[in-house]
Amino acid sequence: MSIGTNVVAAGGLVPSVATASHVTKRFGATVALNDVELDVRAGDVHALVGRNGAGKSTLVSILTGLQVPDAGELRFGGQVPPARSDREAWRRVVACVYQHLTIIPTLTVAENLFLNRQTEGTPVIGWPKLRQRASELLGTWEMDVDVRRLASDLTVEQRQLVEIARALSFGARFIILDEPTARLDAAGVTRLLGRIRTLQQQGVTFLFISHHLQEIFELCNTVTVFRDARKVLTAPVADISHGELVDAMTGEHVSVGDDPRPPKPRAGEPMLAVSDLTVSPGCRNVTLSVLPGEIVGLAGGGGSGKFAVAEAIVGLRRADRGEVRIAGKPLRAANVTVALKAGVGFVPEDRHDQGFVAEMSIGENITMPVWDRLKRFGVVLSTRLRSARAQSMIDDLGIVAPGPDLVTSALSGGNQQKVVMGRALVSTPRVLVLMAPTAGVDVKSKTALMEQAVVAARRDAAVLVVTDDLDDLRYCHRVLVMFRGELAAEVVDTWDDATVVAEMEGVDLDR
Amino acid sequence: MTETSPVDSPSQQAAAAAAVPAPRQTGVAVARLRDLALLPGIAVIMVVGTFSNKAFLTHGNLIDVLDNFAWISMLVLAEAVILISGKLDLSLESTVALAPAVAVWLTLPKSGRGIHLLPPAWAIPITLAVGVLVGLINALLIIRFQLSSFIVTLGMLITLRGIETGISNGQTFFGFSKSFLYLGTTHWFGLPLGVWLSVISFIIGIFVLSLTRPGRSLYAIGGNLNAARAAGIRVERTLWMVFVLGSVLAAVGGLLYAGKYASIGADSGKGYIFTVFAATVLGGVSLNGGKGTLFGAFCGILLLYLVQNILTLAGVSGYWQDALNGGIILTVLIIARVTTGEAQA
Repeated sequence: MSIGTNVVAAGGLVPSVATASHVTKRFGATVALNDVELDVRAGDVHALVGRNGAGKSTLVSILTGLQVPDAGELRFGGQVPPARSDREAWRRVVACVYQHLTIIPTLTVAENLFLNRQTEGTPVIGWPKLRQRASELLGTWEMDVDVRRLASDLTVEQRQLVEIARALSFGARFIILDEPTARLDAAGVTRLLGRIRTLQQQGVTFLFISHHLQEIFELCNTVTVFRDARKVLTAPVADISHGELVDAMTGEHVSVGDDPRPPKPRAGEPMLAVSDLTVSPGCRNVTLSVLPGEIVGLAGGGGSGKFAVAEAIVGLRRADRGEVRIAGKPLRAANVTVALKAGVGFVPEDRHDQGFVAEMSIGENITMPVWDRLKRFGVVLSTRLRSARAQSMIDDLGIVAPGPDLVTSALSGGNQQKVVMGRALVSTPRVLVLMAPTAGVDVKSKTALMEQAVVAARRDAAVLVVTDDLDDLRYCHRVLVMFRGELAAEVVDTWDDATVVAEMEGVDLDR
Repeated sequence: MTETSPVDSPSQQAAAAAAVPAPRQTGVAVARLRDLALLPGIAVIMVVGTFSNKAFLTHGNLIDVLDNFAWISMLVLAEAVILISGKLDLSLESTVALAPAVAVWLTLPKSGRGIHLLPPAWAIPITLAVGVLVGLINALLIIRFQLSSFIVTLGMLITLRGIETGISNGQTFFGFSKSFLYLGTTHWFGLPLGVWLSVISFIIGIFVLSLTRPGRSLYAIGGNLNAARAAGIRVERTLWMVFVLGSVLAAVGGLLYAGKYASIGADSGKGYIFTVFAATVLGGVSLNGGKGTLFGAFCGILLLYLVQNILTLAGVSGYWQDALNGGIILTVLIIARVTTGEAQA
């Protein structure tokens, strides 16, 4: 078979493996990429960083040929990119290992490596030959994975290796790693970084996307920072400090108006107390408490375990160890019904999966936790009571809808999120746990949603906001930061965003 | 070798020599074991049968078991292939009746309740053509129009059965031509032709599914459709072929059925889809797709028929057969769930 693009030219300057110049991409009214540049040099491990929504994933899909930019152009090794439909050609130029892996769990490693090209000229698959080819491929890149095992039996780390090896076997020597460490533990991260270094020495170029800045300082040669759909910085990693990088990511944070927080409650008995909570996989030995009327932020990046803590509190996940107390009473068992009865209301992380039933009306969704309180004659669900209750929530939250009978799927994302918030609030909870409550909603809805948290705190509910969004944290009296499953830091009253981000990314600003 | 040329990586040769990982056996051994899991069960049943009834281990009885199971094994083969591809087909049991019924209706004289539109020699080609047509309709609705395979084939199950009842006025077709009966009545080397056909079909199927790229692409599609598409597999075209093949196999099953019983009626094959599913799942084929082998499915249907035979020989009342069949299937499924430790939902 033909040899793939060999990007390392003999001698001379270090050539570019991939360049994007003046790339712009819009989705409807949103500008996902605004005239951005990227230049990846051969043999580099080039970091691409930026906060959520900065445009990293859009650039990845453009670089892999899945989307066409509205303006600007790409070059791979100086050549124009292949035609969009020619996936074969794209695969020889660039490969991306995504967070969600594109591997077939029911097939063996060997077969996954050579999927749809199991045979070499012969009509029949020679399994011993195929396994040998697979072993040789993995051996070439010094990867120790048993080619006979089913992909479903592999660890996340091993599956990533298989994907990388498969990409290399097509001839691509430029590989994009999209948050490869998000689902790995500390030891796995160390091994993966070592692996990437080895491959780099063997002539492979990487674009490395990560939220963990520490990894970037350990591994990468060059870093490019995106913020709000623009490129703000490209620099050699050696020339940039941790602080500068965090500043570039967050930008000058515009102080937005007044302090939105409710008055700080006086010290007393906590409404929510979590002690020594361990959920595996997820978090270890987390202890925290929230006073009545207090809003506490639980911040952390992907894989920090913040959602594991929250889901254990509300009963979505079972804790291996530890205790959750509501107003002093221990909450037993992983059971949402029990948690609701104890006065816990929550917004789940994934609103589409756990937040609402798309086919049901707004009213039905909002009142779901309190159906048993909306009965007439002790049995029949009263639609009139339900509508009245739902309408008041619709008014409070400012949901843009003609009435509670509208089917929820007809709403925009921001309004759907408000329905989910309404469902959390309808039982007037004593403890309110909000997981990524403003993810993917516009600024105005964000404010409306977070103001509801303030309202709840004013009537003495304990509010826990679990998020990686700095804007949400402005509403908090204090913020606990998690990193790789453990509580890493706590900031109280006033803090600057750089400190929180640095803790979330696990970097030491003083270094 | 692959596209990794020595030019690209200087250290390749040294690395290849030093670092080819030694194969480890464990994971594979378990996977293989699942395919052979029913063999001990079949052995136990054979022993139990031999000791419980003298008539069991006789040439005549065993031939009888195989003869009974030949037609349904074609359906098991079809269902296994479809399930591995991540879809399902409930309408197979109706195709069993409809395909031969249409053929004899068009070729039989009035005395056999036909309309005698075509000469009898057309009967077998028509049967197969009906199979192709049913498969195309299923595929059109499921693949082209993206409808759920469950609801589409449930609809087809009822519709096809209804058409059969319609053209036959609810009566039974009989008095078939010699050629039409040939498959269901002939013996080769002491075994019914249907048994040969079944075994040969399974052998071909096992070969294709384990050793050819089209066969492996079924596993890829059933295992992760998007990953299969990303690897360049023609997902839609493959699934079209799977549905057509499935219905053609069911039509062949219908030929065997019609030949064996020398008649075809509104009840032929009715209610057997549950047995087909049970045997397939029993044999280790996953309802979620991407997993299982045809050898396993073959063992599954064989095991079920041996158990039924023993119960019949033991003189269990015919009225209790259904209850026992259901009970056996559920019991074995529970055993399979416990021993493999894999959830099937």
